[in-house]
Amino acid sequence: MDLLDTTREAFRLLYSGDPTLWGIVWVSIKVSVLALVLVGPLAVAAGFVLAHLAFPGRRLLVILVQAFQSFPTVVVGLLLYLLLSRQGPLGALQLLFTQPAMVLGQMLIAFPVLAAYTLSAVQGADPRAYETAASLGAGRVRAAITTLWEVRFGAMAAVFMGFGRIISEIGCSLMVGGNIAGLTRNIPTAIALETSKGEFAQGVALGMVLIVLALAVNVALAAVQGQGGMRRAWQP
Amino acid sequence: MTMFFRSLVYLFLLSPGIGPAHAAPDLRLATTTSTENSGLLSAILPLFEAKYDTKVRVISVGSGKAMKLGENGDVDVVLVHSRADEEKFVAAGFGINRRDVMYNDFVIAGPKADPAAIRGSGVLTAFGKIAAAGSGFVSRGDDSGTHKMEQSYWKATGVEPAAMSGYVSAGLGMGEVLMMAAELRRYTLTDRATYSAYREKTGLEILVSGDSMLFNPYGAIAVNPARHPGINHAGAMQFIEWLTSPDGQAAIAAFRVDGEQLFFPNAR
Repeated sequence: MDLLDTTREAFRLLYSGDPTLWGIVWVSIKVSVLALVLVGPLAVAAGFVLAHLAFPGRRLLVILVQAFQSFPTVVVGLLLYLLLSRQGPLGALQLLFTQPAMVLGQMLIAFPVLAAYTLSAVQGADPRAYETAASLGAGRVRAAITTLWEVRFGAMAAVFMGFGRIISEIGCSLMVGGNIAGLTRNIPTAIALETSKGEFAQGVALGMVLIVLALAVNVALAAVQGQGGMRRAWQP
Repeated sequence: MTMFFRSLVYLFLLSPGIGPAHAAPDLRLATTTSTENSGLLSAILPLFEAKYDTKVRVISVGSGKAMKLGENGDVDVVLVHSRADEEKFVAAGFGINRRDVMYNDFVIAGPKADPAAIRGSGVLTAFGKIAAAGSGFVSRGDDSGTHKMEQSYWKATGVEPAAMSGYVSAGLGMGEVLMMAAELRRYTLTDRATYSAYREKTGLEILVSGDSMLFNPYGAIAVNPARHPGINHAGAMQFIEWLTSPDGQAAIAAFRVDGEQLFFPNAR
């Protein structure tokens, strides 16, 4: 089958609403969004604390968070596999080859990305925001929220970057999810499988969905940031 | 910096020239993971390479993908185990000169506790019992030769596996499926070679073996040079000739893992 036929067949699959294909897309979105929702607040808070508070070991933590952004996802998968396998310390939970295991893996992968981006956003913010809020009688949490609101576009970029990293991640999902049809098969693991089966059309169709997802996220981010940037420019 | 890039370029330009030059062009072989992972190829290919002063480049994938590579002319010869598809492959004009090479056998592996009590049954009885007991089965689910074999047993048993409780379609390689079967305490169909390699790690036991339905024949097919004129057809024919010759057959029979013969030559 040549490239043109494959692409045509891929579009046919997409438009015919092939339930298997859209089921796979749904698994991907569900797992990644859930992972982001669960890890987001935690990672943003961690980024804020690292940027704002001075405490011993902070520098080391900052370096670690930044380094772990490029931590290989297969290694996250491997560690999680060892933890969750029957012989592992968390084996009793029987989480291996389930969606929660994939969510857990993606949370671990997203955390450093979100934390590092929030960290740099907060560092780049005007420190007067926090000070003003504090002088107006806001508590520490309230003042922190004010600061985060000031850097909301940066924080949002953090969330989108995190999404981009985990929606296309395959190493960890394949290892702890197991690529089980209808359960833990997401877009990247399905593409790998379809290619190994020689079913290129299904792979191309899923690849297009993945690219559209990634583009949509970036366009949304650009739109949100664009507005924010303009408003600031117009109000000197 | 320029120096660095320049040396990188030289490295790439020169790398194909590294290593001994061969008289004959390279032969590209697409084959199944079982022949590669078991170590059979690394045992027999050097004999062929030495005799004909050539180099065999092995791409080990599932049988389905291997034949797809052949169909696209990405390889010169395939060595696969999926008889019905092999015949279709030849009938469609994608390949020529299909020859029987050898067979290995499949076994049903499962947890020691054997919840469906299949130990010692025939393969179809065992599949029926697993379905009836709902004790679960991990399928390759990747269109590999092993997956096709499994599907043919379900068909003969009259069971619709997708509707069966505890049936999991993994879409993974044999080793990963064995690990998964061990984790989930379910049954699976596996070739004996991969099972042997994973016995220690998984603790799974062979519960059904020796049924003649479990024999798994391998065939070699040359990619049709009429469809892809640029391929190394002479090398492909030479390879198939050698595999089915007394020399090649003896090499296959002599291959042992832990003293156990895994592949049985059957060329005619």
